[in-house]
Amino acid sequence: MTELICIGCPRGCHLKVDEENDYAVTGNNCNVGAEYGRNELINPTRTLTTTVRLTNSVHHSLPVKSAHPIPKKDLFKAMEELNGIEVPAPVKCGDVVYRNVADSGVDVIATRDLD
Amino acid sequence: MFDVIIIGGGPAGLAAARKCCEEGLEKILIIERDSQLGGILNQCIHTGFGVGIFHEELSGPEFAHKYIEMLKGTRVEVMLDTMVLEINKDKEVTIINHDGYQKLQTKAIILAMGCRERSRGAIATPGSRGAGVYTAGAAQRYINIDGYMVGKRVVILGSGDIGLIMARRMTLEGAKVLACVEINPYSGGLPRNIVQCLNDFDIPLYLSHTITKIEGENRVEKVTISKVDERFTPIPGTEIEFDCDTVLLSIGLVPENELSKVAGIQLDKRTKGPIVYENMETSIPGIFACGNVVHVHDLADNVAMEAERAAQGVSDYLKGCEREAEISLSTTSEIGYTVPQHIHLPLDKDRYDIFFRVRKVFGPAYILVKDQEGNQIARFSRQYIIPGTMEKITLPKVLLQKGKGNLTVSIEEK
Ligand SMILES: Cc1cc2nc3c(=O)[nH]c(=O)nc-3n(C[C@H](O)[C@H](O)[C@H](O)COP(=O)(O)OP(=O)(O)OC[C@H]3O[C@@H](n4cnc5c(N)ncnc54)[C@H](O)[C@@H]3O)c2cc1C
Ligand code: SF4
Repeated sequence: MTELICIGCPRGCHLKVDEENDYAVTGNNCNVGAEYGRNELINPTRTLTTTVRLTNSVHHSLPVKSAHPIPKKDLFKAMEELNGIEVPAPVKCGDVVYRNVADSGVDVIATRDLD
Repeated sequence: MFDVIIIGGGPAGLAAARKCCEEGLEKILIIERDSQLGGILNQCIHTGFGVGIFHEELSGPEFAHKYIEMLKGTRVEVMLDTMVLEINKDKEVTIINHDGYQKLQTKAIILAMGCRERSRGAIATPGSRGAGVYTAGAAQRYINIDGYMVGKRVVILGSGDIGLIMARRMTLEGAKVLACVEINPYSGGLPRNIVQCLNDFDIPLYLSHTITKIEGENRVEKVTISKVDERFTPIPGTEIEFDCDTVLLSIGLVPENELSKVAGIQLDKRTKGPIVYENMETSIPGIFACGNVVHVHDLADNVAMEAERAAQGVSDYLKGCEREAEISLSTTSEIGYTVPQHIHLPLDKDRYDIFFRVRKVFGPAYILVKDQEGNQIARFSRQYIIPGTMEKITLPKVLLQKGKGNLTVSIEEK
Protein backbone atom coordinates (compact mmCIF):
# COMPACT_ATOMS: atom_id res chain seq x y z
CA MET A 1 0.00 0.00 0.00
CA THR A 2 1.40 3.42 -0.96
CA GLU A 3 0.05 6.73 0.33
CA LEU A 4 0.04 9.69 -2.06
CA ILE A 5 -1.38 13.18 -2.27
CA CYS A 6 -3.28 13.66 -5.52
CA ILE A 7 -2.04 16.59 -7.59
CA GLY A 8 -4.96 16.38 -10.01
CA CYS A 9 -6.58 19.49 -8.58
CA PRO A 10 -6.04 21.87 -5.66
CA ARG A 11 -8.17 19.77 -3.33
CA GLY A 12 -5.17 17.49 -2.74
CA CYS A 13 -6.97 14.24 -1.75
CA HIS A 14 -5.00 11.75 0.35
CA LEU A 15 -4.84 8.59 -1.76
CA LYS A 16 -3.99 4.99 -0.92
CA VAL A 17 -2.83 2.81 -3.79
CA ASP A 18 -2.85 -0.98 -3.40
CA GLU A 19 -0.07 -2.46 -5.56
CA GLU A 20 -1.18 -5.97 -4.59
CA ASN A 21 -4.67 -5.38 -5.90
CA ASP A 22 -4.15 -4.06 -9.46
CA TYR A 23 -3.26 -0.58 -8.17
CA ALA A 24 -6.73 0.02 -6.76
CA VAL A 25 -7.03 3.58 -5.44
CA THR A 26 -9.02 4.70 -2.39
CA GLY A 27 -9.40 8.16 -0.82
CA ASN A 28 -9.96 9.87 -4.18
CA ASN A 29 -12.92 12.16 -4.74
CA CYS A 30 -13.02 11.73 -8.50
CA ASN A 31 -11.70 9.61 -11.37
CA VAL A 32 -8.71 11.84 -12.00
CA GLY A 33 -7.39 10.70 -8.62
CA ALA A 34 -7.85 7.01 -9.45
CA GLU A 35 -5.91 7.43 -12.66
CA TYR A 36 -3.25 9.62 -11.04
CA GLY A 37 -2.66 7.12 -8.21
CA ARG A 38 -2.21 4.25 -10.63
CA ASN A 39 0.00 6.17 -13.09
CA GLU A 40 2.11 7.63 -10.34
CA LEU A 41 3.34 4.16 -9.41
CA ILE A 42 3.60 2.79 -12.96
CA ASN A 43 4.69 5.75 -15.11
CA PRO A 44 4.59 9.15 -13.36
CA THR A 45 3.93 12.10 -15.68
CA ARG A 46 3.86 15.89 -15.28
CA THR A 47 2.78 18.86 -17.36
CA LEU A 48 5.89 20.94 -18.05
CA THR A 49 5.53 24.72 -17.91
CA THR A 50 8.41 27.04 -18.78
CA THR A 51 9.31 29.97 -21.01
CA VAL A 52 11.07 30.13 -24.38
CA ARG A 53 12.93 33.04 -25.92
CA LEU A 54 10.71 35.36 -27.94
CA THR A 55 12.18 37.40 -30.81
CA ASN A 56 10.76 40.26 -32.85
CA SER A 57 8.95 41.75 -29.82
CA VAL A 58 9.39 44.09 -26.87
CA HIS A 59 8.73 41.06 -24.65
CA HIS A 60 11.62 38.68 -23.91
CA SER A 61 9.92 35.42 -22.92
CA LEU A 62 6.92 33.47 -24.06
CA PRO A 63 5.22 31.21 -21.49
CA VAL A 64 4.62 27.67 -22.83
CA LYS A 65 3.45 24.26 -21.61
CA SER A 66 3.45 20.68 -22.78
CA ALA A 67 0.00 20.14 -24.32
CA HIS A 68 -0.26 16.95 -22.22
CA PRO A 69 1.72 15.52 -19.32
CA ILE A 70 5.08 13.99 -20.25
CA PRO A 71 7.06 11.32 -18.36
CA LYS A 72 8.55 12.83 -15.22
CA LYS A 73 11.99 11.45 -16.02
CA ASP A 74 12.10 13.46 -19.28
CA LEU A 75 11.46 16.90 -17.72
CA PHE A 76 15.12 17.96 -17.77
CA LYS A 77 15.67 16.67 -21.31
CA ALA A 78 12.64 18.69 -22.42
CA MET A 79 14.00 21.79 -20.66
CA GLU A 80 17.31 21.38 -22.48
CA GLU A 81 15.57 21.19 -25.86
CA LEU A 82 13.37 24.20 -25.13
CA ASN A 83 16.28 26.30 -23.86
CA GLY A 84 17.72 26.08 -27.37
CA ILE A 85 14.76 27.46 -29.31
CA GLU A 86 13.57 30.94 -30.29
CA VAL A 87 10.05 31.80 -31.34
CA PRO A 88 9.28 34.90 -33.43
CA ALA A 89 6.33 37.10 -32.40
CA PRO A 90 3.41 37.43 -32.95
CA VAL A 91 2.19 34.28 -31.20
CA LYS A 92 -1.33 33.22 -30.29
CA CYS A 93 -2.35 31.32 -27.17
CA GLY A 94 -2.45 27.62 -28.15
CA ASP A 95 0.04 27.86 -31.08
CA VAL A 96 2.40 24.89 -31.28
CA VAL A 97 5.94 26.20 -30.77
CA TYR A 98 7.82 22.85 -30.61
CA ARG A 99 6.89 19.32 -31.67
CA ASN A 100 7.43 15.99 -29.93
CA VAL A 101 9.39 17.33 -26.98
CA ALA A 102 11.93 14.83 -25.54
CA ASP A 103 10.51 12.21 -27.91
CA SER A 104 7.38 12.06 -25.77
CA GLY A 105 5.00 12.48 -28.69
CA VAL A 106 3.69 15.62 -26.97
CA ASP A 107 3.83 19.13 -28.48
CA VAL A 108 4.66 22.33 -26.62
CA ILE A 109 2.16 25.19 -26.97
CA ALA A 110 2.13 28.91 -26.19
CA THR A 111 0.02 29.88 -23.19
CA ARG A 112 -0.66 33.49 -24.11
CA ASP A 113 -0.94 35.93 -27.02
CA LEU A 114 2.17 38.06 -27.47
CA ASP A 115 2.89 40.61 -30.22
CA MET B 1 -20.43 59.37 -14.79
CA PHE B 2 -19.55 55.68 -14.58
CA ASP B 3 -21.81 53.00 -13.08
CA VAL B 4 -18.79 51.20 -11.70
CA ILE B 5 -15.04 51.70 -11.68
CA ILE B 6 -12.98 48.58 -11.01
CA ILE B 7 -9.49 49.22 -9.63
CA GLY B 8 -7.08 46.47 -10.72
CA GLY B 9 -7.09 44.25 -13.81
CA GLY B 10 -6.10 40.89 -12.26
CA PRO B 11 -8.50 37.94 -12.09
CA ALA B 12 -10.62 39.76 -9.48
CA GLY B 13 -11.05 42.86 -11.65
CA LEU B 14 -11.58 40.88 -14.86
CA ALA B 15 -14.20 38.53 -13.39
CA ALA B 16 -15.99 41.45 -11.72
CA ALA B 17 -16.12 43.36 -15.02
CA ARG B 18 -17.52 40.37 -16.89
CA LYS B 19 -20.26 39.88 -14.31
CA CYS B 20 -21.12 43.62 -14.19
CA CYS B 21 -21.56 43.45 -17.94
CA GLU B 22 -23.79 40.37 -17.67
CA GLU B 23 -25.85 42.19 -15.02
CA GLY B 24 -26.56 44.92 -17.57
CA LEU B 25 -24.51 47.77 -16.11
CA GLU B 26 -23.86 50.38 -18.81
CA LYS B 27 -20.68 52.29 -17.99
CA ILE B 28 -18.00 49.92 -16.67
CA LEU B 29 -14.33 50.88 -16.41
CA ILE B 30 -11.28 48.81 -15.38
CA ILE B 31 -8.24 50.83 -14.31
CA GLU B 32 -4.88 48.98 -14.30
CA ARG B 33 -1.47 50.47 -13.53
CA ASP B 34 0.44 47.86 -15.56
CA SER B 35 0.68 47.92 -19.38
CA GLN B 36 -1.37 44.71 -19.63
CA LEU B 37 -4.35 43.01 -17.98
CA GLY B 38 -3.98 39.82 -15.93
CA GLY B 39 -2.29 41.01 -12.74
CA ILE B 40 -0.12 38.46 -10.98
CA LEU B 41 -1.35 35.74 -13.38
CA ASN B 42 1.05 36.95 -16.08
CA GLN B 43 4.03 35.73 -14.11
CA CYS B 44 2.37 32.53 -12.79
CA ILE B 45 3.24 30.44 -15.85
CA HIS B 46 2.64 27.12 -14.05
CA THR B 47 -0.64 25.23 -14.37
CA GLY B 48 -3.13 24.93 -11.53
CA PHE B 49 -5.67 27.60 -12.42
CA GLY B 50 -9.21 27.21 -13.67
CA VAL B 51 -10.20 23.78 -12.35
CA GLY B 52 -13.09 25.31 -10.39
CA ILE B 53 -14.41 27.58 -13.14
CA PHE B 54 -13.33 26.21 -16.51
CA HIS B 55 -12.96 22.54 -15.45
CA GLU B 56 -9.51 22.31 -16.98
CA GLU B 57 -6.08 22.91 -15.60
CA LEU B 58 -4.77 26.16 -17.07
CA SER B 59 -1.64 28.21 -16.56
CA GLY B 60 -1.98 31.72 -15.11
CA PRO B 61 -1.66 33.49 -18.50
CA GLU B 62 -4.23 31.09 -20.05
CA PHE B 63 -6.68 31.80 -17.22
CA ALA B 64 -6.27 35.55 -17.79
CA HIS B 65 -6.54 35.04 -21.56
CA LYS B 66 -9.97 33.41 -21.18
CA TYR B 67 -11.32 36.43 -19.30
CA ILE B 68 -9.65 38.96 -21.61
CA GLU B 69 -11.25 37.20 -24.61
CA MET B 70 -14.68 37.26 -22.89
CA LEU B 71 -14.39 41.02 -22.39
CA LYS B 72 -13.44 41.74 -26.03
CA GLY B 73 -16.25 43.45 -27.91
CA THR B 74 -18.25 44.17 -24.73
CA ARG B 75 -18.91 47.65 -23.36
CA VAL B 76 -16.27 47.24 -20.64
CA GLU B 77 -13.70 50.02 -21.01
CA VAL B 78 -10.09 49.49 -19.96
CA MET B 79 -7.49 52.11 -19.01
CA LEU B 80 -3.97 50.66 -18.88
CA ASP B 81 -0.80 52.33 -17.58
CA THR B 82 -3.05 54.24 -15.21
CA MET B 83 -2.55 54.45 -11.49
CA VAL B 84 -5.37 55.20 -9.06
CA LEU B 85 -4.01 57.69 -6.52
CA GLU B 86 -7.02 58.22 -4.33
CA ILE B 87 -10.67 57.34 -3.86
CA ASN B 88 -13.18 58.82 -1.43
CA LYS B 89 -16.57 58.04 0.05
CA ASP B 90 -18.27 60.26 -2.55
CA LYS B 91 -16.88 57.83 -5.14
CA GLU B 92 -14.49 60.18 -6.81
CA VAL B 93 -11.54 58.33 -8.30
CA THR B 94 -8.30 60.27 -8.80
CA ILE B 95 -6.01 58.84 -11.46
CA ILE B 96 -2.72 59.63 -13.15
CA ASN B 97 -1.42 58.46 -16.53
CA HIS B 98 0.29 59.79 -19.70
CA ASP B 99 -2.54 62.28 -20.13
CA GLY B 100 -1.97 63.66 -16.64
CA TYR B 101 -4.01 63.90 -13.50
CA GLN B 102 -7.80 63.45 -13.58
CA LYS B 103 -10.82 62.91 -11.32
CA LEU B 104 -13.52 60.46 -12.44
CA GLN B 105 -16.98 60.21 -10.88
CA THR B 106 -18.70 56.86 -10.47
CA LYS B 107 -21.76 55.45 -8.70
CA ALA B 108 -19.93 52.40 -7.32
CA ILE B 109 -16.35 51.16 -6.93
CA ILE B 110 -14.89 47.66 -6.84
CA LEU B 111 -11.49 47.39 -5.18
CA ALA B 112 -9.42 44.64 -6.84
CA MET B 113 -5.85 45.78 -6.17
CA GLY B 114 -4.50 42.39 -5.07
CA CYS B 115 -1.68 42.16 -2.56
CA ARG B 116 2.02 42.71 -2.24
CA GLU B 117 4.77 40.52 -0.84
CA ARG B 118 6.16 40.87 2.62
CA SER B 119 9.83 41.73 2.22
CA ARG B 120 12.95 41.16 4.28
CA GLY B 121 12.38 44.29 6.38
CA ALA B 122 9.09 42.86 7.59
CA ILE B 123 10.82 39.92 9.30
CA ALA B 124 14.26 41.34 10.08
CA THR B 125 16.51 38.50 8.89
CA PRO B 126 19.82 38.82 10.66
CA GLY B 127 23.12 39.11 8.81
CA SER B 128 24.83 41.22 6.16
CA ARG B 129 23.09 42.91 3.29
CA GLY B 130 24.81 41.43 0.25
CA ALA B 131 23.00 41.15 -3.10
CA GLY B 132 21.12 37.95 -3.85
CA VAL B 133 18.15 38.25 -1.50
CA TYR B 134 14.88 38.48 -3.43
CA THR B 135 11.23 38.07 -2.63
CA ALA B 136 10.01 34.93 -4.40
CA GLY B 137 7.51 36.94 -6.46
CA ALA B 138 10.19 39.37 -7.67
CA ALA B 139 12.37 36.40 -8.68
CA GLN B 140 9.37 34.89 -10.46
CA ARG B 141 8.95 38.08 -12.45
CA TYR B 142 12.66 38.27 -13.39
CA ILE B 143 12.72 34.68 -14.61
CA ASN B 144 9.31 34.33 -16.25
CA ILE B 145 8.79 37.78 -17.75
CA ASP B 146 12.19 39.43 -18.07
CA GLY B 147 13.91 36.16 -18.90
CA TYR B 148 16.97 36.07 -16.68
CA MET B 149 18.07 33.79 -13.86
CA VAL B 150 18.60 35.17 -10.38
CA GLY B 151 21.03 32.58 -8.95
CA LYS B 152 22.60 29.13 -9.01
CA ARG B 153 22.49 27.82 -5.44
CA VAL B 154 19.34 28.77 -3.62
CA VAL B 155 17.81 28.62 -0.14
CA ILE B 156 14.11 29.47 0.14
CA LEU B 157 12.71 30.95 3.34
CA GLY B 158 9.02 30.23 3.79
CA SER B 159 6.95 27.45 2.25
CA GLY B 160 4.06 29.45 0.83
CA ASP B 161 2.93 28.57 -2.68
CA ILE B 162 5.10 31.17 -4.41
CA GLY B 163 8.22 29.78 -2.71
CA LEU B 164 7.30 26.19 -3.64
CA ILE B 165 6.53 27.08 -7.25
CA MET B 166 9.84 28.94 -7.48
CA ALA B 167 11.76 25.97 -6.02
CA ARG B 168 10.60 23.90 -8.98
CA ARG B 169 11.07 26.68 -11.50
CA MET B 170 14.66 27.40 -10.46
CA THR B 171 15.48 23.68 -10.42
CA LEU B 172 14.14 23.18 -13.95
CA GLU B 173 16.19 26.16 -15.10
CA GLY B 174 19.34 24.49 -13.78
CA ALA B 175 19.75 25.98 -10.30
CA LYS B 176 20.31 23.83 -7.21
CA VAL B 177 17.69 24.48 -4.54
CA LEU B 178 19.34 23.37 -1.32
CA ALA B 179 16.51 23.79 1.14
CA CYS B 180 13.07 25.20 1.76
CA VAL B 181 12.96 26.49 5.34
CA GLU B 182 9.66 26.99 7.20
CA ILE B 183 9.39 28.44 10.71
CA ASN B 184 5.99 26.84 11.39
CA PRO B 185 5.62 23.10 12.07
CA TYR B 186 3.48 22.92 8.88
CA SER B 187 3.76 24.29 5.34
CA GLY B 188 1.68 27.28 4.32
CA GLY B 189 1.42 26.00 0.73
CA LEU B 190 -1.01 23.66 -0.98
CA PRO B 191 -0.19 19.96 -0.41
CA ARG B 192 -0.05 19.37 -4.18
CA ASN B 193 2.72 21.95 -4.44
CA ILE B 194 4.78 20.17 -1.76
CA VAL B 195 4.47 17.02 -3.88
CA GLN B 196 5.13 18.40 -7.35
CA CYS B 197 7.57 21.19 -6.47
CA LEU B 198 9.67 19.80 -3.59
CA ASN B 199 9.27 16.01 -3.46
CA ASP B 200 9.56 15.60 -7.24
CA PHE B 201 13.03 17.12 -7.11
CA ASP B 202 14.14 15.81 -3.71
CA ILE B 203 14.31 19.31 -2.24
CA PRO B 204 14.31 19.02 1.56
CA LEU B 205 11.69 20.92 3.55
CA TYR B 206 12.90 21.96 7.00
CA LEU B 207 9.82 22.56 9.18
CA SER B 208 10.20 24.45 12.49
CA HIS B 209 13.42 26.00 11.14
CA THR B 210 14.40 29.54 10.22
CA ILE B 211 17.34 31.41 8.73
CA THR B 212 19.51 32.73 11.56
CA LYS B 213 22.36 34.20 9.52
CA ILE B 214 23.03 35.41 5.98
CA GLU B 215 26.72 35.99 5.19
CA GLY B 216 28.54 37.57 2.22
CA GLU B 217 29.84 41.07 1.55
CA ASN B 218 28.79 41.85 -2.01
CA ARG B 219 26.74 38.77 -2.74
CA VAL B 220 25.20 36.13 -0.47
CA GLU B 221 27.79 33.39 0.18
CA LYS B 222 26.47 31.39 3.08
CA VAL B 223 23.21 30.90 4.98
CA THR B 224 22.78 29.35 8.42
CA ILE B 225 19.48 27.86 9.50
CA SER B 226 18.44 26.72 12.98
CA LYS B 227 15.62 24.74 14.49
CA VAL B 228 13.14 26.81 16.52
CA ASP B 229 11.15 26.04 19.67
CA GLU B 230 7.38 26.58 20.09
CA ARG B 231 7.95 30.29 20.59
CA PHE B 232 9.93 30.49 17.34
CA THR B 233 13.20 31.11 19.23
CA PRO B 234 16.23 29.50 17.51
CA ILE B 235 17.70 26.57 19.48
CA PRO B 236 21.51 26.84 19.83
CA GLY B 237 23.44 23.84 18.55
CA THR B 238 20.95 23.01 15.77
CA GLU B 239 22.62 25.13 13.07
CA ILE B 240 23.00 23.84 9.51
CA GLU B 241 25.07 25.83 6.98
CA PHE B 242 24.50 26.09 3.24
CA ASP B 243 26.89 27.57 0.68
CA CYS B 244 24.58 29.49 -1.62
CA ASP B 245 24.38 32.68 -3.68
CA THR B 246 20.66 33.37 -3.45
CA VAL B 247 17.92 33.56 -0.83
CA LEU B 248 14.28 33.73 -1.86
CA LEU B 249 11.76 35.04 0.65
CA SER B 250 8.29 33.54 0.47
CA ILE B 251 7.03 34.86 3.76
CA GLY B 252 3.54 35.92 2.97
CA LEU B 253 1.41 38.41 1.17
CA VAL B 254 -0.27 41.52 2.51
CA PRO B 255 -3.43 42.96 0.91
CA GLU B 256 -2.70 46.26 -0.86
CA ASN B 257 -4.94 48.73 0.98
CA GLU B 258 -3.36 52.17 0.88
CA LEU B 259 -6.31 53.47 -1.15
CA SER B 260 -8.84 51.88 1.21
CA LYS B 261 -7.19 53.40 4.29
CA VAL B 262 -7.19 56.94 2.91
CA ALA B 263 -10.85 56.56 1.91
CA GLY B 264 -11.71 55.66 5.50
CA ILE B 265 -12.76 52.07 4.76
CA GLN B 266 -12.66 49.89 7.88
CA LEU B 267 -9.94 47.25 7.71
CA ASP B 268 -9.76 43.94 9.56
CA LYS B 269 -6.57 43.69 11.63
CA ARG B 270 -6.45 39.95 10.97
CA THR B 271 -6.84 39.88 7.17
CA LYS B 272 -5.33 43.37 6.62
CA GLY B 273 -8.14 43.78 4.07
CA PRO B 274 -11.47 45.61 4.22
CA ILE B 275 -14.17 44.22 6.51
CA VAL B 276 -16.86 42.98 4.12
CA TYR B 277 -20.48 41.85 4.02
CA GLU B 278 -21.70 38.73 2.19
CA ASN B 279 -22.08 40.80 -0.99
CA MET B 280 -18.46 42.01 -0.65
CA GLU B 281 -19.55 45.54 0.28
CA THR B 282 -17.09 47.37 2.53
CA SER B 283 -17.97 49.66 5.45
CA ILE B 284 -18.65 52.44 2.90
CA PRO B 285 -21.90 51.76 1.00
CA GLY B 286 -21.27 51.48 -2.73
CA ILE B 287 -17.61 50.52 -2.35
CA PHE B 288 -17.04 46.79 -2.82
CA ALA B 289 -13.88 44.67 -2.72
CA CYS B 290 -12.80 41.23 -3.97
CA GLY B 291 -9.78 39.01 -4.47
CA ASN B 292 -6.44 39.29 -2.71
CA VAL B 293 -7.16 42.84 -1.60
CA VAL B 294 -9.69 41.33 0.87
CA HIS B 295 -7.80 38.22 2.01
CA VAL B 296 -5.05 36.10 0.49
CA HIS B 297 -6.48 33.38 -1.78
CA ASP B 298 -4.70 30.20 -2.90
CA LEU B 299 -6.87 29.87 -5.97
CA ALA B 300 -7.69 32.29 -8.74
CA ASP B 301 -10.98 30.41 -9.20
CA ASN B 302 -12.08 31.45 -5.70
CA VAL B 303 -10.97 34.99 -6.51
CA ALA B 304 -13.16 35.02 -9.61
CA MET B 305 -16.19 33.66 -7.73
CA GLU B 306 -15.74 36.28 -5.03
CA ALA B 307 -15.52 38.93 -7.75
CA GLU B 308 -18.84 37.77 -9.16
CA ARG B 309 -20.43 38.23 -5.74
CA ALA B 310 -19.02 41.75 -5.60
CA ALA B 311 -20.40 42.51 -9.07
CA GLN B 312 -23.80 41.16 -8.06
CA GLY B 313 -23.56 43.38 -4.98
CA VAL B 314 -22.91 46.43 -7.14
CA SER B 315 -25.82 45.57 -9.40
CA ASP B 316 -28.19 45.26 -6.40
CA TYR B 317 -26.78 48.47 -4.90
CA LEU B 318 -27.48 50.42 -8.08
CA LYS B 319 -31.04 49.11 -8.05
CA GLY B 320 -31.35 50.56 -4.56
CA CYS B 321 -31.55 47.50 -2.28
CA GLU B 322 -32.32 48.60 1.28
CA ARG B 323 -30.27 47.21 4.17
CA GLU B 324 -31.32 47.53 7.81
CA ALA B 325 -29.13 45.57 10.15
CA GLU B 326 -26.50 42.86 10.25
CA ILE B 327 -25.29 39.65 11.83
CA SER B 328 -21.60 39.64 12.78
CA LEU B 329 -19.38 36.56 12.62
CA SER B 330 -16.63 35.96 15.11
CA THR B 331 -14.26 33.03 15.57
CA THR B 332 -12.54 31.17 18.36
CA SER B 333 -8.74 31.33 18.54
CA GLU B 334 -7.98 28.31 16.30
CA ILE B 335 -9.48 30.16 13.33
CA GLY B 336 -7.66 33.18 11.87
CA TYR B 337 -10.63 35.09 10.47
CA THR B 338 -13.81 34.76 8.40
CA VAL B 339 -14.81 36.45 5.16
CA PRO B 340 -17.42 37.86 5.15
CA GLN B 341 -17.19 39.34 8.64
CA HIS B 342 -20.85 40.51 8.50
CA ILE B 343 -24.09 39.42 6.87
CA HIS B 344 -26.73 42.00 5.90
CA LEU B 345 -30.29 41.71 7.18
CA PRO B 346 -32.91 41.02 5.93
CA LEU B 347 -31.56 37.71 4.62
CA ASP B 348 -32.24 37.84 0.88
CA LYS B 349 -30.10 34.95 -0.41
CA ASP B 350 -30.77 31.22 -0.22
CA ARG B 351 -27.25 30.33 0.78
CA TYR B 352 -24.31 32.09 2.41
CA ASP B 353 -20.71 31.00 1.79
CA ILE B 354 -18.26 31.64 4.62
CA PHE B 355 -14.50 31.37 4.01
CA PHE B 356 -11.79 31.09 6.63
CA ARG B 357 -8.34 29.79 7.45
CA VAL B 358 -7.28 27.78 10.50
CA ARG B 359 -4.13 28.56 12.47
CA LYS B 360 -2.92 24.95 12.92
CA VAL B 361 -3.27 21.51 11.35
CA PHE B 362 -6.40 19.53 12.27
CA GLY B 363 -7.11 15.85 11.66
CA PRO B 364 -10.76 14.70 11.60
CA ALA B 365 -12.80 17.59 13.01
CA TYR B 366 -16.12 19.39 13.03
CA ILE B 367 -16.65 23.02 12.08
CA LEU B 368 -19.32 24.39 14.41
CA VAL B 369 -21.48 27.48 14.01
CA LYS B 370 -23.16 28.72 17.19
CA ASP B 371 -25.45 31.66 17.82
CA GLN B 372 -25.21 34.32 20.52
CA GLU B 373 -26.93 32.08 23.06
CA GLY B 374 -24.55 29.21 22.41
CA ASN B 375 -27.03 27.13 20.40
CA GLN B 376 -25.42 25.16 17.61
CA ILE B 377 -27.06 26.08 14.31
CA ALA B 378 -24.79 24.10 11.96
CA ARG B 379 -22.07 21.44 12.02
CA PHE B 380 -19.76 20.41 9.17
CA SER B 381 -17.52 17.34 9.19
CA ARG B 382 -13.99 17.36 7.69
CA GLN B 383 -11.28 14.69 7.36
CA TYR B 384 -8.60 17.33 7.82
CA ILE B 385 -8.32 21.12 7.90
CA ILE B 386 -4.98 22.77 7.17
CA PRO B 387 -3.73 26.37 7.19
CA GLY B 388 -2.47 26.08 3.60
CA THR B 389 -5.95 25.62 2.15
CA MET B 390 -8.80 28.10 2.51
CA GLU B 391 -11.83 26.39 4.06
CA LYS B 392 -15.42 27.08 3.02
CA ILE B 393 -18.78 26.34 4.64
CA THR B 394 -22.20 27.10 3.20
CA LEU B 395 -24.99 28.19 5.52
CA PRO B 396 -28.51 27.87 4.12
CA LYS B 397 -30.83 30.78 4.90
CA VAL B 398 -33.16 28.52 6.92
CA LEU B 399 -30.36 27.73 9.37
CA LEU B 400 -29.36 31.38 9.68
CA GLN B 401 -32.96 32.29 10.45
CA LYS B 402 -32.91 29.84 13.38
CA GLY B 403 -29.92 31.55 15.04
CA LYS B 404 -30.32 34.41 17.51
CA GLY B 405 -28.02 37.40 17.07
CA ASN B 406 -24.35 37.15 16.13
CA LEU B 407 -22.59 33.91 15.22
CA THR B 408 -19.33 32.25 16.25
CA VAL B 409 -17.41 29.74 14.12
CA SER B 410 -15.20 27.21 15.91
CA ILE B 411 -13.45 23.86 15.37
CA GLU B 412 -13.89 20.75 17.49
CA GLU B 413 -11.61 17.75 17.05
CA LYS B 414 -13.46 14.46 16.63
C1 LIG C 1 3.24 32.65 -7.17
C2 LIG C 1 1.77 32.44 -7.09
C3 LIG C 1 1.28 31.20 -7.43
C4 LIG C 1 -0.08 30.98 -7.45
N1 LIG C 1 -0.54 29.75 -7.86
C5 LIG C 1 -1.87 29.54 -8.05
C6 LIG C 1 -2.37 28.31 -8.63
O1 LIG C 1 -1.61 27.39 -8.94
N2 LIG C 1 -3.69 28.21 -8.83
C7 LIG C 1 -4.54 29.22 -8.52
O2 LIG C 1 -5.76 29.10 -8.78
N3 LIG C 1 -4.11 30.37 -7.93
C8 LIG C 1 -2.78 30.56 -7.70
N4 LIG C 1 -2.33 31.75 -7.14
C9 LIG C 1 -3.30 32.69 -6.57
C10 LIG C 1 -3.92 33.66 -7.56
O3 LIG C 1 -3.06 33.88 -8.64
C11 LIG C 1 -4.18 34.97 -6.87
O4 LIG C 1 -4.94 34.71 -5.74
C12 LIG C 1 -4.95 35.90 -7.80
O5 LIG C 1 -4.17 36.20 -8.94
C13 LIG C 1 -5.30 37.21 -7.09
O6 LIG C 1 -6.03 38.03 -7.97
P1 LIG C 1 -6.32 39.55 -7.74
O7 LIG C 1 -7.01 40.02 -8.96
O8 LIG C 1 -6.97 39.73 -6.43
O9 LIG C 1 -4.88 40.24 -7.61
P2 LIG C 1 -3.73 40.54 -8.68
O10 LIG C 1 -3.62 39.46 -9.68
O11 LIG C 1 -2.53 40.86 -7.87
O12 LIG C 1 -4.22 41.86 -9.45
C14 LIG C 1 -4.25 43.14 -8.86
C15 LIG C 1 -4.06 44.18 -9.94
O13 LIG C 1 -4.34 45.47 -9.44
C16 LIG C 1 -3.43 46.38 -9.97
N5 LIG C 1 -3.37 47.55 -9.06
C17 LIG C 1 -3.05 47.55 -7.73
N6 LIG C 1 -3.12 48.79 -7.23
C18 LIG C 1 -3.50 49.61 -8.25
C19 LIG C 1 -3.75 51.02 -8.34
N7 LIG C 1 -3.61 51.82 -7.29
N8 LIG C 1 -4.13 51.52 -9.55
C20 LIG C 1 -4.27 50.69 -10.63
N9 LIG C 1 -4.05 49.35 -10.59
C21 LIG C 1 -3.67 48.82 -9.42
C22 LIG C 1 -2.14 45.60 -10.04
O14 LIG C 1 -1.25 46.15 -10.98
C23 LIG C 1 -2.63 44.21 -10.46
O15 LIG C 1 -2.65 44.04 -11.86
C24 LIG C 1 -0.97 32.01 -7.08
C25 LIG C 1 -0.47 33.26 -6.71
C26 LIG C 1 0.89 33.50 -6.71
C27 LIG C 1 1.39 34.87 -6.32
S1 SF4 D 1 -8.95 12.87 -6.49
FE1 SF4 D 1 -10.05 14.31 -7.80
S2 SF4 D 1 -10.83 15.79 -6.31
FE2 SF4 D 1 -9.21 14.70 -5.23
S3 SF4 D 1 -7.36 15.95 -5.59
FE3 SF4 D 1 -7.43 14.37 -7.19
S4 SF4 D 1 -8.41 15.41 -8.90
FE4 SF4 D 1 -8.88 16.63 -7.08
